[in-house]
Amino acid sequence: MSENPVFDRIKDYVTKDDVVLFMKGTPIFPQCGFSSVVSQVLQHVGVDFETYNVLEDMDIRDGIKAYSDWPTIPQLYVKGEFVGGCDIIKEMFESGELQQLFADSGLTKQ
Amino acid sequence: MAMIAGEIEKLIKEDLPGADVRIEDLRGDGDHYAAHVIYEGFRGLSRIKQHQMVYKSLKGRMGGELHALALQTSLPD
Repeated sequence: MSENPVFDRIKDYVTKDDVVLFMKGTPIFPQCGFSSVVSQVLQHVGVDFETYNVLEDMDIRDGIKAYSDWPTIPQLYVKGEFVGGCDIIKEMFESGELQQLFADSGLTKQ
Repeated sequence: MAMIAGEIEKLIKEDLPGADVRIEDLRGDGDHYAAHVIYEGFRGLSRIKQHQMVYKSLKGRMGGELHALALQTSLPD
């Protein structure tokens, strides 16, 4: 089905780990405020997560937007499913929905 | 290249007829806005679908001309 060759790579990335964040920069050196917010929320909530720096991979930077039909970075995936960008993750965190999602999926570190 | 608030509002309203659109210019640079869109057509849709509807109405400007749009969507009371 995947007409875009990058989709296979993305599919592999989002299924290899339970929590995957495509961001600009890294959690230690975030290079965009929105990416930084999401990585801090994940650290605060206490889940292990894999990150991919889209600034180091232009194919992924563009491919991920087509893959999820979402025009911006960061993008968070949980168990292969696109969960949202910065706005939605912040909203879910403030309402407790994000913590619930991780707890229900057994992903919250003890 | 930046956008002006009125342009964003117009685009959203064109695709989401009857929506209440509140735009806030966060930094006065035409590049960082917050938008709250209240629209009956969001009923029953996930947040992701609601936001995708708004992004589509911006006809590709999101993430390009318009660097940052802090978006909030909700249903009318």
